[in-house]
Amino acid sequence: MATPAVEGWFTEDPACLLGSRCTSCGTVFFPKVDGFCRNPGCQGTDFDQVELSRRGTVWSYTDAQYQPPPPYVPRTDPYEPFAIAAVELPEGLVVLGQVADGFGVDDLQVGAEVEVVVEPLYSDGGDDRTIWRWKPVGA
Amino acid sequence: MNDVAVLGAGMHPWGKWGRPFVEYGVAAARYALADAGVDWADVDLVVGGETVRNGYAGYVAGATFAQALGWNGARVATSYAACATGAQAIDTARARILAGLADVALVVGADTTPKGFLAPNAGERWDDPDWLRFRLVGMTNPAYFALYARRRMDLYGATPEDFALVKVKNAQAGLANPKARYRKAVSVEDVLGSAVVADPLHLLDICATSDGGAAVVLASMDYARSKGLAEPVRVRAVSTVTPTFPQTVIDMPHFSTDSAATVAEPERTFKESIAYAAYEEAGIGPEDIDVAEVYDLSTALELDWYEDIGLCKRGEAERLIRAGETALGGRVPVNPSGGLACFGEAVPAQALAQVCELTWQLRGEAGERQVDGARVGITANQGLFGHGSSVLLTR
Repeated sequence: MATPAVEGWFTEDPACLLGSRCTSCGTVFFPKVDGFCRNPGCQGTDFDQVELSRRGTVWSYTDAQYQPPPPYVPRTDPYEPFAIAAVELPEGLVVLGQVADGFGVDDLQVGAEVEVVVEPLYSDGGDDRTIWRWKPVGA
Repeated sequence: MNDVAVLGAGMHPWGKWGRPFVEYGVAAARYALADAGVDWADVDLVVGGETVRNGYAGYVAGATFAQALGWNGARVATSYAACATGAQAIDTARARILAGLADVALVVGADTTPKGFLAPNAGERWDDPDWLRFRLVGMTNPAYFALYARRRMDLYGATPEDFALVKVKNAQAGLANPKARYRKAVSVEDVLGSAVVADPLHLLDICATSDGGAAVVLASMDYARSKGLAEPVRVRAVSTVTPTFPQTVIDMPHFSTDSAATVAEPERTFKESIAYAAYEEAGIGPEDIDVAEVYDLSTALELDWYEDIGLCKRGEAERLIRAGETALGGRVPVNPSGGLACFGEAVPAQALAQVCELTWQLRGEAGERQVDGARVGITANQGLFGHGSSVLLTR
């Protein structure tokens, strides 16, 4: 069984990030927002859930060679490093995420195209907890 | 004139001493009061920089330090602004002094830190981005620093050797600083030979977390004159600006930037706006700066700051470090204290430590690390959740 590691931030099939679009000014936010629009010139309080573009370009990237501290839950013992990318989407925002399994910093460069996928983040007693990740396009 | 006088500065040495933060703060405060020649009984305002990892006493740091120094009836305030805490505490003291509500203020920050990565507070906190970024991405602070470093490489041709040169420079300066934790010369090979933490940053590119304490005594210009000080070091500006929407540079501890699709991007990035506000307030420009203390959480971030505070144009910082322009003896020395590279970060004390160093530099009391003829100095720093600061001082 697989369950998203966080509720309401993405869909698994198809893999897609979920944002909020202000019904007054049209600004898109990720992760989802409730209550008040953060555009200082907007009094909006209502949002539509929107699917964000599945592809974007790499703003920058790195990796985690050391195991991050809790509440990060390592998937393997011993720890295996993973890569991280900040990705610019056509909606005008940059979104962080881990990079898909099997890809590292050598597979990335600023401006390269990536697409969102959903993969296991860690296992919670036999139940996989999933997360969005960025996968190099054409790889 | 919106000037206040810096009458005294004091620091407890940085290290991993494992003692209560209060001890470091009180030691720094006593040094600062002695340096100022001010009696504790004459202090009518105490502002503490909050520490979030030392229980309730840390949340009410101003009162904690006041009690430890011996209650004297002073007014009290406590500030928290992440890494900018110390500067925000200075700003609180400055505002009361300029309003005529205080004559002489003691500003203190101190911290005792755990080993390793700074991690969020314990517990399940699904509405806290600082908790979620570790849980969902494993996003440590050095990983953010590494994103900025990699971007410099891909956009401006920076190399790991350029980043290492920053460490080499700061280590050399810190050799002469008795308050620094790390006093050891470092070579480019040492940096490149240390373990990679977050590509492209090595262990020696990234600052440690430290214990430490720093304090300054601020006063009205009238009070300074009553003490016979005609030309004290002055705080000319304090910037604690927040970002302007849309904030389009990914920033700790967030998952995303604001979208720039509906509102035009501001003229300056957040980090550019921090120093700009200080320059505007003081009526002083980057060309007037003799010395700067900037927040080198990583070596590559120091290069970003050269551009953000206007020492050079975007993409030119590598040229400055390669030419030695920001080393002691160069055109505009940066981090003559040794910077975070030699101190490690003691969060609520660090922005105060920057002001202590500039105070000694502008007085000509910095010994072997003295910047010749320094009259104008600026600090720059940035922390979590839209905090940043810049303090502009002159003599």
